[in-house]
Amino acid sequence: MSFPWLTVLMVVPLVGAVLVAALPRSRPELAKWTALGVSLVSLGISLAVLAQFDLDSGGFQLSEQHEWIEPLGVHYALGVDGIGLTLILMTTILVPIVIVAGWNDADGARWSVKTFFALMLALEGLVIGVFAATDVFLFYVLFEAALVPAYFLIGGYGGARRSYAALKFLMFSLAGGLLMLASVIGMWVISSSQGDPSFLLADMKDLSVGTVEGRWLFLGFFIAFAVKAPMVPLHTWLPDAASAATPGTSVLLVSVLDKLGTFGMIRFCLGLFPEASEWASPVVITLAVISILYGALLAIGQDHMMRLIAFTSVSHFGFIVLGIFALTSQSASGSTFYMFNHGLSTAALFLIAGFLIQRRGSARISDFGGVQKIAPIMAGLFLIAGLASLSLPGLSTFVGEFLVLAGTFTRSTTAAVFATLGIVLAALYILLMYQRTMTGPLREDNRGVTDMVPREIVAIAPAVVLLIGLGLFPQPILDLVNPAVSETLEHVQVGDPEPKTPSFPIAEGSSK
Amino acid sequence: MTSMSSIVLAASEHADVVPVAADGVFSWMWLLVAIPAVSAAILLIGDGAGDHGPLDRFGHLLGTAAAIASFVVGVVGFVALLGQDVAERAVTQDLWTWMQVGGFDVTMSVYYDQLSALFVLLITGVGSLIHVYSIGYMAHDPRKRRFFGFLNLFIAAMLVLVLAGDYLVLFLGWEGVGLASYLLIGFWQEKRSAAVAAKKAFIVNRVGDLGLALGIMLMFAQFGTTNIHEVGLNVTNASQSVATALGLLLLLGACGKSAQVPLQSWLLDAMEGPTPVSALIHAATMVTAGVYLVVRSAAIYDLSEVARTAVVIVGCVTLLFGAWIGCAKDDIKKALAGSTMSQIGYMMLAAGLGPAGYAFAIFHLITHGFFKANMFLGAGSVMHGMNDDVDMRHYGALRKLMPLTFITFAMGYLAIIGFPGFSGFFSKDRIIESAFATNFWAGLAALLGAGVTAFYMTRVMILTFFGERRWREDVHPHESPKIMTVPLIVLAALSVVGGALTFSDWIEDWLTPVTGSEHHELGVPAWVITLIIVAVVAVGASLAYVLFARRDVPDTAPQQVSVFTRAGRADLYGDAVNEAVFMRPGQYLTRSLVYVDGTGIDGAVTGTAELVGDGARGLRRLQTGFVRTYAAEIFGGALVLVLALLAVNLA
Repeated sequence: MSFPWLTVLMVVPLVGAVLVAALPRSRPELAKWTALGVSLVSLGISLAVLAQFDLDSGGFQLSEQHEWIEPLGVHYALGVDGIGLTLILMTTILVPIVIVAGWNDADGARWSVKTFFALMLALEGLVIGVFAATDVFLFYVLFEAALVPAYFLIGGYGGARRSYAALKFLMFSLAGGLLMLASVIGMWVISSSQGDPSFLLADMKDLSVGTVEGRWLFLGFFIAFAVKAPMVPLHTWLPDAASAATPGTSVLLVSVLDKLGTFGMIRFCLGLFPEASEWASPVVITLAVISILYGALLAIGQDHMMRLIAFTSVSHFGFIVLGIFALTSQSASGSTFYMFNHGLSTAALFLIAGFLIQRRGSARISDFGGVQKIAPIMAGLFLIAGLASLSLPGLSTFVGEFLVLAGTFTRSTTAAVFATLGIVLAALYILLMYQRTMTGPLREDNRGVTDMVPREIVAIAPAVVLLIGLGLFPQPILDLVNPAVSETLEHVQVGDPEPKTPSFPIAEGSSK
Repeated sequence: MTSMSSIVLAASEHADVVPVAADGVFSWMWLLVAIPAVSAAILLIGDGAGDHGPLDRFGHLLGTAAAIASFVVGVVGFVALLGQDVAERAVTQDLWTWMQVGGFDVTMSVYYDQLSALFVLLITGVGSLIHVYSIGYMAHDPRKRRFFGFLNLFIAAMLVLVLAGDYLVLFLGWEGVGLASYLLIGFWQEKRSAAVAAKKAFIVNRVGDLGLALGIMLMFAQFGTTNIHEVGLNVTNASQSVATALGLLLLLGACGKSAQVPLQSWLLDAMEGPTPVSALIHAATMVTAGVYLVVRSAAIYDLSEVARTAVVIVGCVTLLFGAWIGCAKDDIKKALAGSTMSQIGYMMLAAGLGPAGYAFAIFHLITHGFFKANMFLGAGSVMHGMNDDVDMRHYGALRKLMPLTFITFAMGYLAIIGFPGFSGFFSKDRIIESAFATNFWAGLAALLGAGVTAFYMTRVMILTFFGERRWREDVHPHESPKIMTVPLIVLAALSVVGGALTFSDWIEDWLTPVTGSEHHELGVPAWVITLIIVAVVAVGASLAYVLFARRDVPDTAPQQVSVFTRAGRADLYGDAVNEAVFMRPGQYLTRSLVYVDGTGIDGAVTGTAELVGDGARGLRRLQTGFVRTYAAEIFGGALVLVLALLAVNLA
C-alpha cells in the first residue's frame, strides 16, 4: 500500500490542534509557535503532494479508499484532482499567513490564546478533508464538521456582536446543510435501488437519476453551496460575521470556508447532476450576475471597512459562480484560478484592514484620513491588495476574472456584458476606500497609526508575491486545473462554443 | 463620407504583412521593457527599506539611466529595422505563454514593426528627457525616489502597450499606464484634490476599459484568438456588424485613455500631478494610446464605415471642445490640457479617415509629443520660478527673466499653431487637407480648430511672457537650472525640425505596410488649402493679440463674461453632466440598496427567526409548572386522540 499522503495532510493539522489545545494555558507563546510550526509542516506536506501529482495523467490521484460503514456503502475515500489540490494549496498557504498576522489577536480575549490557534488548525484539517473527500457521505460529514471550529472562532474571539454573528452564520449554514442532507439521502436511496448502495463519488456519478429527481436533488446541494458561497439573496450572514470576527477568522471564513461552496458546485452539482446543472444554468447565471453587481453596489455604500470587504467578496463569488455555470473550459478554469487568488487578495485586504482598525480603534472609513503619510508601507500594500481586488491586469486575479468573462461571453453575451460592468464598480469601491483612508491631509486623530511591523510585513509579503507572480505566470496553476475542468465538462457533455467567424487561411511562415 | 471605394484594396494590403521571427538585435527588444521594469521594482521595493539610504541619494539617477538605456535599445532596434527589407520589418518574438485554457491562448510576445518602433523612440526619447528634467524639478521632494520609480513603471507599461502582439497583452500595458497615471496624478496625495483627481482618472478610464475588454472578448468569441495580427486577418471574414461592433468597442476604450468626448472629464483634473507627469503622460505619450489603438486596429476600421465615421465625429467634437476649454482657462496647465485634448482630437479625426489618414495621425502624434512636452515642461519651468503659481493672470513679462524658457516655449508655440516651417505646420496641414478631401464638414471643423488653437496659444504666450508684471509680492522669477533647460532646448529643436519626417513622404511610406495608404484628390490644389489655413491661423493669433496684448489683464478673472467663456471655464459642463447622470443617481441607488439589504433581504431572514422565537414564547405559556394545567393538557390530548381514532374507524 502506498503512503497515505492525503490522510497525513488532513490529520497533521487536526493532531496539531489537539496538541496546541493540550498545552498549558499559561504559555500562550508556546501555543502560537507550535501552531505556526504545524501549519508550516502542513504547507510542506501539501507541496510534497503537489510534487507527486502527475499533470499528464489527470483524474483523481493519491487516492485512498477504505470501507467505513459497510451496510450503507459509506467509505473513507480521499483523492485529489487539480481543482481540489489547488484549493488545498490555497488553504495551506493561507493558514500560516493568518497565524502570523493574527499573532496577538487572541490576547486578552474571553477565551484562551491556545484555543484560538487550536481552532484554526482544526478548521484547516477539516477543510483539507472536504477538498479531498471522494465519498459523498464523508464530504457531507466534514463539510458540516468544519462549521464547529468556525462557529467558536467567531463567537469566542470576535468583537461586540460576535454571538449574534456566530449564531447567524451557524443557522444559515445548518439550514443549507439540512437541504444537502436530504439530497445526500435521496442519492443513497437511488443508489440502493440500483444494486449495492455506495456513497463513492465515482459510483454515484454512474447512477441513472431521473430528470425530475435529479433536479430536486441538485437543488438541495446547490442551495447549501449557495449559502456558503454566499450568493444573493443568501448572503446576509457574511457581512455580519466578517465585521464581528477577528481579521484572521474573517480570512478563514471568506477565503477558505466559503470556497467549499463554489468547490462543491463544480464537484457535486456538475459532477453528480450534469443534466440538472445545465437545466439550472440560466437561472444560476442570472443570480451570479446579480450577485456581482449587487455586492459591488453594496460595497460602495459601506462605511464599515470589514463589511465593505465582505461585500466585495459577494461580488467576487458572483464571478466564480458565473464561471462555473457558464460551462466553458475558459470560464470554469478561470473560476478555479479565481478562487485561489481571491483567497490571497481578500486575505491581504482583510488583514491589512485589520492592522489599521486595531491601531485606530475604529473600523469606520470616515474615521480615517491621510494615513499614507505616516504608514507608507501599509498604504502601499493595502493599495496592491486593493488593486488585486479590482482585478488589475498584471495581478493574478485579473487572469481568473478575464477567463471567466471571456468564457461566459462565448456562451451568453448578455451575462458577460452585465458582469463586465463590475470592473467599473470594483474600481469605485476600492479606490474610494483607499482615498478616504490613506490619502488627503493626515487627520489629527490618526496620528497614533503606526506603520506595519516586520511580523506583519512577513505575513502579507507571500500573498503579494504570489498575486504579482501568478499575474504574469499563471500557467503552472492553470496546467493543474485545466485537465480536471475539461473532465468535468466532458461529464456534463458540453463543449466550448466554436469561434463564430470562419478562420482566415493563415499563410505559411506566419508567427503561430 | 465619400469615396470609400478602396476598402478592399486597403484591407488586402494588411494581409500582406507576414511577421518574421526575431533574430539578432531584434531578439533583445524585450530589454526595452525589462530595463525600466527592473529599475522600477528596485526603486519601489527599496522604498520600504528605510530612508536616507544610498537608494535615496542615487535613486533618481538609476531611474534616469534606465530610461536612457531603454532609449539606446530603441535606437539600435530602429536602425536595424531601417536595414531590413520592407517585407521583413514586422518582427515578432514569443516570450512565454501568459494563459492558455482550451482554445484561449495568449502569448507574451514582442511585436516590433514600423509603428511600434516609432512609438518606442517617442516614449523612451521624450521619456528620458523628462526624467532628466525631473531631476531638477523634483530635487527637493522627499519622496523623489518613489517618483522616479513610478515614472519607470510608466515607461515599462507604455512599452508593453506598444510592443504587444496580442490585444490582451496590450490591455496589460493599457491598465499599467493607467495605474502609473493614477499613482502620479495623486503623487502629492496629501492634497485632497490630487487624490480625488487620481481616482477620477482611474474610474473614467475604467469606463473606457469596459469597451476594450468587451472588444477583446468579442474577438475571442468570433475568431478564437486575440492575437492582433490574426484578428486582423480573420476580421476580413467577419460580418459587417461584427467589424462595426469591434470598432465601436475599441473606440470607447480609446476615448477613455485619450480623453476624448464623452470621457474627457478626467484630463483637466489630472493636471494636479507634478508637471513632468503632465508632460510625459498627459500630453506626449499615454493620452495618445487611444490613437495608437485605432491605428493598430486599422484592419478592423477599414471594414466598417460606421466605426470610422464614429471616430471622425469623436475627433471633430473633441478638437473643438478642447480648444474651447483652452480659450477660457487661466490656469496655464489647464489651458495646455484643453489644448492636448484638442490636438488628440485632430489625431483621432485623421485616424478615422482610414488609410488616407492613419499615417498623418501618427505624424501629428509625434510632432505633438515634441512640442506639447516642450510647452508643458516650459510651463513647469515658469511655475518653478513663480512659487508653483499656475494662474497666468499672475504672470506677465517673464521673457526677460526666463530667456531660455521663453525661447523654447516660443518654438513650441510656433509649432502648435502651425507657423510655416515648424513641425506642427506640416502635421496639422496634412490632417486638414485629408479631412477636406474626404468630408467637407470634418475639414471645416479642423480648419476652425486651427484658428482657435492660434487664438488660445497666443493668449497663453501673451499672458505669460509679455505685457505688464502682475506677480505676487513674494515671487522672484528666475531661470531654471541647466538640468531643466537642456531638455527644453532639445525638445524645442525637435519642435522646429520634427516636420522633416514628412519630407519626400518618408513617414507615409514607412507606415504604409502597417496602415495601408490611400490618396484622395482635393478639388483645389493643396497650396490653396495651405494658404487658407495660414490665413485662419493669422486671424486667430491677431484676435488674441488685440484682446490680450492691447488691454490690461485683470488680476482676477472677470465675472461678467459671455456664456461661451463661462461654459469653457466650467469645462463645458462635463462634470455637471456626469454628476447629474451618473453620480447622484448612483449614490441614490447604493443608498437605497443598502437600506433594502438591511431591512428587506436580511429582514426577511431575521424576521423569520423572530417569528419562530415569538411562536416559541407563545408555546412556553403552556408550560406553567402547575400540575392542574398539565392534567388538563393530558386530558385534552387523550380526548383528541380518542376522537381521531373513532373518526378513522368510523370512516
